[in-house]
Amino acid sequence: MAKAVRAEPEPELEVPVPVRGPERGPIKLRVNGEKHELWVEPRRTLLDALRDDLGLTGAKKGCDEGTCGTCTVLLDGKPIYACLRLAIECEGHEITTIEGLAQGGELHPVQRAFIEEDALQCGFCTPGQILSVKALLDENPNPTEEDVRRAVSGNLCRCGAYPHIVRAALRAAKGLAERPGR
Amino acid sequence: MKRFRYARPERLEAALRLLREPGAKALAGGTDLLTELKARTQEPELLVSVQGLQEPGLRGVREDERFVRIGALTTLRELEAHPLVRDKLPILAQAAQTVAMPQIRHVGTVGGNLMQQVRCWYYRHPFVRCWLKGGEECYAEEGLNHRHAIFGTSPCIAVHPSDLAPALIALDAQARVVGPDVEGELALEELYRLPDERSRARTVLGPADLILEILVPKPSEPTRVRGVYLKAMERATWSFAVVSVAARLSFEPGSEGVRARVGDARLVLGGVAGKPWRARDAEAALRGSPLTDEAIERAAEAAVAGAQPRAHNAYKIELTRALVKRALRSLLPP
Repeated sequence: MAKAVRAEPEPELEVPVPVRGPERGPIKLRVNGEKHELWVEPRRTLLDALRDDLGLTGAKKGCDEGTCGTCTVLLDGKPIYACLRLAIECEGHEITTIEGLAQGGELHPVQRAFIEEDALQCGFCTPGQILSVKALLDENPNPTEEDVRRAVSGNLCRCGAYPHIVRAALRAAKGLAERPGR
Repeated sequence: MKRFRYARPERLEAALRLLREPGAKALAGGTDLLTELKARTQEPELLVSVQGLQEPGLRGVREDERFVRIGALTTLRELEAHPLVRDKLPILAQAAQTVAMPQIRHVGTVGGNLMQQVRCWYYRHPFVRCWLKGGEECYAEEGLNHRHAIFGTSPCIAVHPSDLAPALIALDAQARVVGPDVEGELALEELYRLPDERSRARTVLGPADLILEILVPKPSEPTRVRGVYLKAMERATWSFAVVSVAARLSFEPGSEGVRARVGDARLVLGGVAGKPWRARDAEAALRGSPLTDEAIERAAEAAVAGAQPRAHNAYKIELTRALVKRALRSLLPP
């Protein structure tokens, strides 16, 4: 596209807006309940920040262009593609990755249900599938099979474990509903 | 991705000021823009995030006397789930539900969906310098054009990919815009243009103009209005429209049941032209007569009358004809 030419600076705004980059600078992220300060360029995607800067490799890099779903993480509880989000745009939000699901060494009920229903073969898409299912159950504790299919429609599984994934989601919903105190 | 500077202003004036800098580009949900940055089809010097803006009306759906008002930063998920949209604008709820998949709908915004770039594989290819990217030639014209336009004349034959745009045009929506090139309210239909030798832009907005709100007029007699959005896809989900139809009919008072006469008609097609395509001849064919099988056939023929297929996309004519018929049949009064 047309090359841009830097213009003369305009007069100062009353309250100047900080312009950051293109060099590295500090950004603050909250991931799985922990605060982190990263030193990255504005062009850093959330996915690269999680995997390469924070060592959280549960979110996978498949297509890196929003067409596979392996990088699914939760932003304020909602599933998003980490490859299509700048890390700098996640300041002030809560990120949850697959590493944040187990509590005190105990797997999350959705994780357990995936094991019990044998809902994976190679496992590459599994972190994303589990997070999509978790977000669904948080919003709708009693989903239909159709609700589950819609919820994981943005997560490709090339092994074709879909029927087991749907069963695992329904099993997890049942298990969560029967848990005392819920 | 090329390096860029980044700012996230809270005040609208600051955002508009920053957007006037050369090479500046607005960033909303980013689900389309990031794919362009990665392919280097866009190389902005400065990204101005509008996610920090505190301007009232930018987020959420509300109504006043005349309009349902949709903030441009409302996400597609918020739109599809909102009771006002579900109850009063079912065409729009149906359109929003068909966009991409949950992960994109949770992030993508109404404004971004309306302003998204075409999906043409030549445009999107990092190494192809097609006409739309400032080159000399549209490679789709003689190349792989299965997904390209059957209507409209333009040096670029990519189709507009938005689902919301046909639905909102069928609803006679307006966009409230602020910026140096366009300011005020304009009919959403007037937002779009076909690229030509004068300008490769697909909307009338300049780079520093922002859509703030979408205003959808409330029908005076809602019980007499029926509408539907149908989308033909390559699979049941996660696909851009191969062809889509947004249809809205009002039925005249004093005529009931199967004899009900069509008053006003809107028929807007997606996936078939470089902009959302109003099938005006089909609309005219529907007005004033009952929605009989013959009227539906006439409208479907009128909808595809001007089509100019290319080597690989004549199937879209049959698809459009069938989808128009299916949409109109679904609007028959009980």
